[in-house]
Amino acid sequence: MMQLTAFKNTIDFLKHARVISIMSAVLVVLSLVCLGVRGINWGLDFTGGTVVELAFSKPADLPALRADLTQDSVSGAVVQNFGSTRDVLVRLQAKTGIKSELQVADVMAAAQKLDRSVVQKRVEFVGPQVGKELAEQGGLAVLVALICILIYVSFRFEWRLAAGAVASLAHDVVLTLGVFSLLQLEFDLTVLAGVLTVVGYSLNDTIVVYDRIRENFLKMRKATPYDVINASITQTMSRTIITTGTTLITVVALFMKGGTMIHGFATALLLGIMFGTYSSIYVASYLAMKLGVNREHMMPVEIEKEGADQPSIMP
Amino acid sequence: MLNKYPMWKNIMVVLIIAVGFFYALPNLFGEDHAVQVVGTRGAAVTTATQGKISELLAKDGITVKRSELENGQLLVRVKNADQQLAAKEAIAKALGDKYTVALNLAPATPRWLEDMGGSPMKLGLDLRGGVHFLMEVDMGEAIRKMEEAKIADFRSQLREERIRYAGIHRTAHGIEIRFRDADTMDKAESFLTSRNGHEMGFSEQDADGKFLLQATMSEAYLKQVKEEALQQNITTIRNRVNELGVAEPVVQRQGSDRIIVELPGVQDTARAKEILGATASIEFHMVDERADLQAAANGRVPAGSELYQRRSGGPVVLKKEVMLTGDHITSAQPTFDQYSRPQVAIGLDAKGGTIFSNVTKDNIGKPMATLFIEYKDTGEKNPDGSIKMKKIEEVISVATIQARLGRNFVITGLSHPESQNLALLLRAGALIAPVSIVEERTIGPSLGAHNIESGMQAMIWGMAIVLIFMVVYYRAFGLIANLALVANLVMIVGIMSMIPGAVLTLPGIAGMVLTVGMAVDGNVLIYERIREELRAGRSVQQAINEGYKNAFSTIMDANITTFITALILFAVGTGAIKGFAVTLMIGIATSMFTAIVGTRAIVNAIWGGKRVKKLSI
Repeated sequence: MMQLTAFKNTIDFLKHARVISIMSAVLVVLSLVCLGVRGINWGLDFTGGTVVELAFSKPADLPALRADLTQDSVSGAVVQNFGSTRDVLVRLQAKTGIKSELQVADVMAAAQKLDRSVVQKRVEFVGPQVGKELAEQGGLAVLVALICILIYVSFRFEWRLAAGAVASLAHDVVLTLGVFSLLQLEFDLTVLAGVLTVVGYSLNDTIVVYDRIRENFLKMRKATPYDVINASITQTMSRTIITTGTTLITVVALFMKGGTMIHGFATALLLGIMFGTYSSIYVASYLAMKLGVNREHMMPVEIEKEGADQPSIMP
Repeated sequence: MLNKYPMWKNIMVVLIIAVGFFYALPNLFGEDHAVQVVGTRGAAVTTATQGKISELLAKDGITVKRSELENGQLLVRVKNADQQLAAKEAIAKALGDKYTVALNLAPATPRWLEDMGGSPMKLGLDLRGGVHFLMEVDMGEAIRKMEEAKIADFRSQLREERIRYAGIHRTAHGIEIRFRDADTMDKAESFLTSRNGHEMGFSEQDADGKFLLQATMSEAYLKQVKEEALQQNITTIRNRVNELGVAEPVVQRQGSDRIIVELPGVQDTARAKEILGATASIEFHMVDERADLQAAANGRVPAGSELYQRRSGGPVVLKKEVMLTGDHITSAQPTFDQYSRPQVAIGLDAKGGTIFSNVTKDNIGKPMATLFIEYKDTGEKNPDGSIKMKKIEEVISVATIQARLGRNFVITGLSHPESQNLALLLRAGALIAPVSIVEERTIGPSLGAHNIESGMQAMIWGMAIVLIFMVVYYRAFGLIANLALVANLVMIVGIMSMIPGAVLTLPGIAGMVLTVGMAVDGNVLIYERIREELRAGRSVQQAINEGYKNAFSTIMDANITTFITALILFAVGTGAIKGFAVTLMIGIATSMFTAIVGTRAIVNAIWGGKRVKKLSI
């Protein structure tokens, strides 16, 4: 039997929990401050505007292209490489009184001056109104997801655990957003999808630990909550490492091979999964303990074993 | 006996997985180059047309792989891209402009598979290239039109009932009718309420000796008007998209006032925009002959009339009442009169014919004007960010009604390209309210192909490493988990192909890759549990049983929560994100099945019900 983590004895995860959770709290505060000060680099999906992706036949001379984009319609354009030295992304702000077609035509004219065989690979235009609505909807979606999960977990487990779970999810979301804000990575719709997926995924880890906590409270009759939680985290550790590992492998594959259009998505997942795994231990469980979860709280769940009979999934 | 599935359960597992594999099968066959022929307005593709096309292509030396006629749509499959272009040109030339002929890529699914409902996954625009528009309907304009129609109604109703009113006009809050005394106003209120009560609410406002009756649309009616405007615009845009000759277009509503249009494979976005967004329509009005043009030009227009400009120059005063709107037009063809002047021959539907016939009968010898209305994007924005549209109204012709006209007549006074464009727009139906493009995304076809490729790369790398790891770490059980993983992936593809609305997008592929990583979670939970039970000194059979049993509720809880977030993503997401949510949801469902029931069936078959000393786990 090959073992990554053959723990004979229970590891005292909670020993440093106080220090680590204070660190977590500091990180959350720092993220919030960063979000407040630097804000988020909202992508086209949320701000509105126009994006043109060009494919040059030879490595593109970005300074020359920038210098050419001086007409009124396209001034303030952001020009950057996208994936390779031949691929260039031009971002234009929506301007009153100027049609997006005209902006695109001006960009093409400038690009053709440098390379006659330049190809337009992608053009996206989003009205500012649409973007604003999306941002509102997106924020709402994250909120609704958190609330739904709070309801589900309090129904399946217990409110103290639910509070711990939601706090850890909020922690993951805030930290992920914090990194996006700190590094000023572009935040578009796919990133939002990534963040929401993180909410779902990071809960997986929390639930696995909680399930074990519930089970151990019933099994280890004399143990303190502190011991029960430590034992539960230890017992589920190898599973956590393996599944986080396999998920990270696939996400890294997406990050490296998936192409530029889902880079943001993969980045959000990558960050979120790492924060999520850590927070399921140090935020979710620790908070549940601090809220005073104990054996009595776990008693009524006995009935729910009814549905846990494995063969019942088949008709 | 422990760890034995009854025979029916084994059969069920095999059957479900087999069905998944079967419906995933069509994705292996690729696509044929094809030409799609659809009849527009009146013309229909029949078996005769099909025969004619087959003959034509045989003569040109183009090999037809298969030619199918379904729902009035003909799909001719040919060998390659060159033949496809040649075939399109030949067909378009032979059939004329009553048919739209478009290039298409048709799935090369074999007939027998297709007959059993098999078809490959549909690819989103980000994977096959094309253009996506989000259009917004100007509801203010739809309401204005409806209020004007109501004013005309009120006029004739009050006239019919011989109730004298002093004036009637639109205000910011609805319609205002003025009366000379309170009695008439009361009478009018009760009469109008009895006639229009379910649509409009009336309230009296007498102040300073003025007697005003305020009519406002009820909430329900307002909603209905908006709903109808949206629906009608969708129908119109769908017609216009058909005129463009695009294969497999998508026209869908989004929310209460937006329409999504997706045109796969379209590169000429400028033309597409022009046709989709143009909101030309026509209205027929009687000319107000009593009006003094000089006075009108100075701002003294008689009540109930309005000043317009002729396209040829010069003012003309028309009655506000619309005799007929463009909505009733069923056909419009650009033709020429005997002096070779361009004109548009118009055909009306039955209701329009009746209205028009009555109007012309009562007005023989009087001049009638054709008013051309067009909304143009000014390029400017309103303070709320929506696009400012400019309304252009021009009288394109004034003709004296010679005789009672029926359902067919002509509009003159246009230049050649104008008659062509007007005919096209009228044929496709008028938009009841102007639309503006609020979002546009164009993906080049090469980028689409590139996206598929990189998605696949990520999939292969991610999957390979996970598969290797599982075998190394869990040995025989790892191999079983891997079988489940592959089956899971094939089932996702199968179900995606089966569901008509499911579309594969780039984030969708990402969703599949992610599912590979997350799906092993179920098996890891079970296996770790089995190992624990073995360590605790249980027998092999007991350990397997306990492992599966104890891990079940954990797997359920973990997956349900992910499912909830996927569902929320599906609800708020658009386009590509919806694609991600769909694959994620399907992936969760299939991975639960393969990881729990599928692997159990294999484990039971191998180790179940006999003496086993050691497990390869």
